[in-house]
Amino acid sequence: MAAELGHFALILAFCLALPQAFFGLVGAATRRPHWMALTTRAVAGQFVFTAFAFAALAYCFFRNDFSVLYVAQNSNSELPTFYRFAAVWGAHEGSLLLWLLVQSIWTVAVAAFSRNMPNTMTSRVLGVLGLVSAGFALFILTTSNPFERMWPAAQDGRDLNPLLQDPALAIHPPMLYTGYVGMSVPFAFAVAAMLEGKLDSLWARWVRPWTTVAWMFLTVGIALGSWWAYYELGWGGWWFWDPVENASFMPWLIGTALIHSLAVTEKRGLFKSWTLLLSIMAFSLSLLGTFLVRSGVVESVHAFASDPARGLFILAFLVVTIGGALCLYAWRAPRFKSNAGFAPISRESFLLMNNVLLVVAMTVILGGTLYPIFLDAFDLRAVSVGPPYFATMFLVPMLPLAFLLAPGMHAAWKRASFERTKVLLAVLLVAALALGIAIPAWFYGWRSILSAIGIIVALWVAFASLIEPVERLRKGHSLSAGVLGMSVAHFGLAMFILGATTVESYKQEKDLSLRPGQSTEVAGFTFTMNSLRNVAGPNYHAVESEVTITRNGRELAKLQPQKRVYRVQRNPMTEAGIDAGWNRDLFVAMGEDLGDGSWSLRLQYKPMVRFVWLGAVIIALGGLIAICDRRYRQRVGAEATSPAQAGTSAA
Amino acid sequence: MWRFIIPIGLFAALVTFLFVGLGRDKETLASPLIGKPAPQFELPRVDDPSQTISNREFAGRPYVVNIWGSWCFACRDEHAVLMQIARRGEVPLVGLNWKDELPLAQQWLQQLGNPYVATAFDPKGDVGIDYGAYGAPETYLVDAQGIIVYKYVSPVTIDVWEREFLPRIKQAGAKGE
Repeated sequence: MAAELGHFALILAFCLALPQAFFGLVGAATRRPHWMALTTRAVAGQFVFTAFAFAALAYCFFRNDFSVLYVAQNSNSELPTFYRFAAVWGAHEGSLLLWLLVQSIWTVAVAAFSRNMPNTMTSRVLGVLGLVSAGFALFILTTSNPFERMWPAAQDGRDLNPLLQDPALAIHPPMLYTGYVGMSVPFAFAVAAMLEGKLDSLWARWVRPWTTVAWMFLTVGIALGSWWAYYELGWGGWWFWDPVENASFMPWLIGTALIHSLAVTEKRGLFKSWTLLLSIMAFSLSLLGTFLVRSGVVESVHAFASDPARGLFILAFLVVTIGGALCLYAWRAPRFKSNAGFAPISRESFLLMNNVLLVVAMTVILGGTLYPIFLDAFDLRAVSVGPPYFATMFLVPMLPLAFLLAPGMHAAWKRASFERTKVLLAVLLVAALALGIAIPAWFYGWRSILSAIGIIVALWVAFASLIEPVERLRKGHSLSAGVLGMSVAHFGLAMFILGATTVESYKQEKDLSLRPGQSTEVAGFTFTMNSLRNVAGPNYHAVESEVTITRNGRELAKLQPQKRVYRVQRNPMTEAGIDAGWNRDLFVAMGEDLGDGSWSLRLQYKPMVRFVWLGAVIIALGGLIAICDRRYRQRVGAEATSPAQAGTSAA
Repeated sequence: MWRFIIPIGLFAALVTFLFVGLGRDKETLASPLIGKPAPQFELPRVDDPSQTISNREFAGRPYVVNIWGSWCFACRDEHAVLMQIARRGEVPLVGLNWKDELPLAQQWLQQLGNPYVATAFDPKGDVGIDYGAYGAPETYLVDAQGIIVYKYVSPVTIDVWEREFLPRIKQAGAKGE
């Protein structure tokens, strides 16, 4: 019964998304207040029914209703309750339902927090979001219905993919989807502004918090995915340039560019058409990511459930939404002219460079991800483009981006002279140079010019991001949330660069076979395998080894890495044993039973790897601080719609 | 104002490519070589580079070519599955070590175990390209007449082995007799 009710609720949600789109867009175009008022009703109703459909599917999982095909494919009576709930989004159909739920939550939030916007604007934004919801609901109903029954019912389910039976991965998709879907909000604002024919700094002020929130979720979602891959896949890497990872990273890069471009549009009324284009791009890359993952066009290590029919639907959806938006852009964007100018050296120029470099970085990744399709389309022989391509090419735009960041943060609007800050910035650069060469050489030894550059730039950015908060605190001036958020986010980026450079330059790995009682040494740590034993889990059995790590005779950690075999799907899974420290991880993963009582093991020493994820979390925290800025909560009143007065920081 | 039309033009080109890409499902994308003779190769053996290995040695019965490299993360996952498959002994597994370095490949086989009857060393990747490999791991089933009958991209699992490979191996073997 629950499945049928859920299906029915989903159909109703689709039916409500249509009037939401119609009344929102047509009501605003024809200036009919009653129609526009109906839009918010439709939004509320759509949310209620989507939430009901989602709850119904969760209930089917909770009750182990194996007559529902999707439940039978992705759950099992032995699956722990927590994972039964997470299994709702464990595969394609359910994760789309989660997508739709997140979409309706965003829409409700936009409707609730838009009181300071004109009615026509709100109505148009909700209308566009209604179109997007309708598309996704139709996608689920026609190609990916999670409520389909099977008869006779399965005796038991095929179980959740063991890779997904992990706490971090249970919350990773909701985070990531909140970010992906959140990019539809700036998209809707961009389309609304083009329809309205008006784009001013007030508009930018409305969009900024939404963009930042979506981008924060995307940041945290990507970091969680990376952390999960690190300890669960058993390889000890934290980024693989896999198509699925790239699919989430591309909207992040464009989202980052958009945040910076919106700052210029708000403060100076510039970059208007560029901001519109970035808003459209960020959402189209979210959709493109879905397309790539779901259609089977690009092979991926973690691609699940791919189907050409689904790919065709998403492609058609892309053509309608993004193609439509870009046509509107070609028609309307030329009218958004800015009169203001800026000097070649000014904050505007630095932010322009930021935007250009981020778009280049995104293009590098897009090209690398899509190259098999391009070559195939021309019937050319494939040339392998693997992680080496990405790792090298990605640095080309990223190194200058990081180096420009330190002066960019302290450049004044319109024309920057760096009168007050140039000495300080230069001193900090010299300090970063000295420390960046001395510290790693002291702790780890000289490695290469590139790793030294990475550490130097990380330190310089970290120092530069502290200038402003420290200066203002020292003088007793107040520090706005916007400026503090920016400083924190940039400091987080510096931590990330530091972590990524150090771990990639100085990691040590050793693959070898050990039997109980034997030991070996990696990076000055002694790893001893004490014992091997069999362990039974709720839905798997495992071989667990106990490995003691000592240094100079002192015991540091006892790890219990496991090799699991899940009973239903029979895939071997590696549960790595990790001794985490702030400045290094020691990582033990079990490989293969070699038969003679010994096992192959992979031992790794990962310096500063925690900074990679910690940096990402702090970047997101910067976003959180920034949206608390008072000006986002001010009502529209006396303030004119002309560009706000320029230059808060360093000016 | 031509520059405002550029985005929609680029988008149209992208959509066209994606549409073309979509038309080719996993298996046809997998290889234009399915149904054609498996490319011949003669390469140094990973375990003893002074000797060579050719796939002519396996002619007359079905065999599986598995493309891997020690640089390939997914191969590490697949390796455990290949070890299980090798123990079952249904078909000989021939390894093609692709774009790799000899010491790393040797170390891999020593430490993780060796599921292959023989592994060919293809550092430049020419043979892999003859097979139309997009990346690693990729796995090809060749029948008794030396015809490629199936290709699987991404790590083979026990499920995939039993569902896709085993029935085809039985068929491929039957035809050869």
